[in-house]
Amino acid sequence: MTVIEARGLRKAFGSTIALDGIDLRVGEGRILGLIGPNGAGKSTLLHAILGLIPYQGELRVMGRDPWIDRDQLMRDVCFIADVAVLPRWIRVSQALDYVAGVHPRFDRAKATSFLAKTAIRPASKVRELSKGMVTQLHLALVMAIDAKLLVLDEPTLGLDILFRKQFYDSLLNDYFDRSRTIVVTTHQVEEVQHVLTDLMFIDRGRMVLGCSMEEFETRYLEATVNPEHVAAARALGPIQERQIFGRSILLFDRCDRQQLAALGDVRTPSIADLFVAVMGNQAGHAQGGNS
Amino acid sequence: MSTPSNAVYASSPGSSSGSRGITPATNPAIASMYWSVRRELWESRSIYIAPLAVAGLILLGFLIGTLHLRHAERGSSAINPVHQRVFLEQPYDFAALLMMLTTFLVAVFYCLDALHGERRDRSILFWKSLPVSDLTTVLSKAIIPIVVLPLVTFAITVVTQWIMLLVSSVVLVGYGLSIAALWNHFSLFPMSVMLLYHLVAIHGLWYAPIYCWLLLVSGWARRAAFLWAVLPLLAIAVVEKIAFNTTHFGTMLAYRLSGGREGAAFTAGGMSMDSLDQINPGHFLISPGLWIGLAISAVFLAAAVRLRRYRGPI
Repeated sequence: MTVIEARGLRKAFGSTIALDGIDLRVGEGRILGLIGPNGAGKSTLLHAILGLIPYQGELRVMGRDPWIDRDQLMRDVCFIADVAVLPRWIRVSQALDYVAGVHPRFDRAKATSFLAKTAIRPASKVRELSKGMVTQLHLALVMAIDAKLLVLDEPTLGLDILFRKQFYDSLLNDYFDRSRTIVVTTHQVEEVQHVLTDLMFIDRGRMVLGCSMEEFETRYLEATVNPEHVAAARALGPIQERQIFGRSILLFDRCDRQQLAALGDVRTPSIADLFVAVMGNQAGHAQGGNS
Repeated sequence: MSTPSNAVYASSPGSSSGSRGITPATNPAIASMYWSVRRELWESRSIYIAPLAVAGLILLGFLIGTLHLRHAERGSSAINPVHQRVFLEQPYDFAALLMMLTTFLVAVFYCLDALHGERRDRSILFWKSLPVSDLTTVLSKAIIPIVVLPLVTFAITVVTQWIMLLVSSVVLVGYGLSIAALWNHFSLFPMSVMLLYHLVAIHGLWYAPIYCWLLLVSGWARRAAFLWAVLPLLAIAVVEKIAFNTTHFGTMLAYRLSGGREGAAFTAGGMSMDSLDQINPGHFLISPGLWIGLAISAVFLAAAVRLRRYRGPI
């Protein structure tokens, strides 16, 4: 089943084009990582999917038009924006009451048992909680909702590494199953690499790269090459090259693994390194185009 | 380890666990509305704290005044008529007026913040992530000044007036005077009916376009919602004056603020039971002013609903 389907999705804020023709298809049970520099249009894309902004082009989420049917859609979709969106005046018990009251698929017992494992007390107000605890609270609320799609917009921004790790562990162990779908944007790319099933790079409102993680692993290779083999490696057409401790690290797109292995150590690159390479090339093209 | 903590969660939200029994969970639309209104009461506690605080001050002032008056009266065996009037009626009228003024101020500031605060603190992203429509949200915010605040104020005012009556009775008895005059002169019941009618008719229905206008502005303005609510109205009045040398718009606003024809009856007669004759609910219900006002309120609310759909965090 297709959870999200977008064709030619466009959005402009005044003269700024935030989304410039995005095509996207996310199936059930996928975890899509949306990676891009600041201002690339990631949040705009998520907001369009959530029905928070109007858009041009075609977009269907769970078969609905999000802009028309936001309140209906939100029975099946959950959303965590960056840490600071829970109202600061609300008490933990009130937040539970409210969500239990308005959401038909909220399992209060599940939320309370999750909260019981944390240091969060029901009588506390959100303003009294630390950033990490607010995220835990929001996660507890969201994980107790039997939703089909979970959208995470920089969910771990500003959290320390322990909370970040805990966040993704909870998500994978206690929440995710093959019938749910997750879309996540983050700058902490390394932390989601092992979590994702699909990857999408977005820059200036356009999709720069989109592939599944299996495809990513077979397609991209990173070779650490000693100086004597650099020339031979360069001949294979790397998309990026950098120097570390006198050795060269070259990144290849669709290159024969055997051939590379003869020249140095070969491994799957990190998403972060690929991101830097792809975005660097983008910037180069853009500059070339302008001059 | 988790069992005791679970118990804490299951039992501790005292207010909520008690009320969950009356939650109309059967109909999702009603449930959303019910919880949205409760959410407003959690967030804006001034809705009941401000009237309670003013009621407390009124009682304190009344107590001091009563004791003071008794000192002055010592020696004379009867209350003189002037004092009787002051003693018997004025404080109750004054208390009711003060409570209404408080209500109005609370309502104005509540409305100006209602759709602004959630955008300012970005919590609109949380509220919009739940299956509650913009219509439900905006209506729940309009219900507060139009329905909830008048009823809260009515309850608090009536209780306050009863306490005042009891206090003055106790003081009179304490000085060995008869309380017959006090209890014969008026009964609180017609006064309460008057008060309820006034609060529902004027503060609820007649003022509805004012509140809805403020809600609309609070959903629209990025900052300084109060100025955006007031200055355009002033501008229209000024332009009208300069361009046509007329004051229709200003007169209309003043008429609305003063409570129209029904409001005038109260200004003349006060809250005493004499003015019960002066009110005319039937006349009020067929007055065009009421219905034009309600129609304008609906337009403002529809615009506010549409705005909330488009507007994100500031």
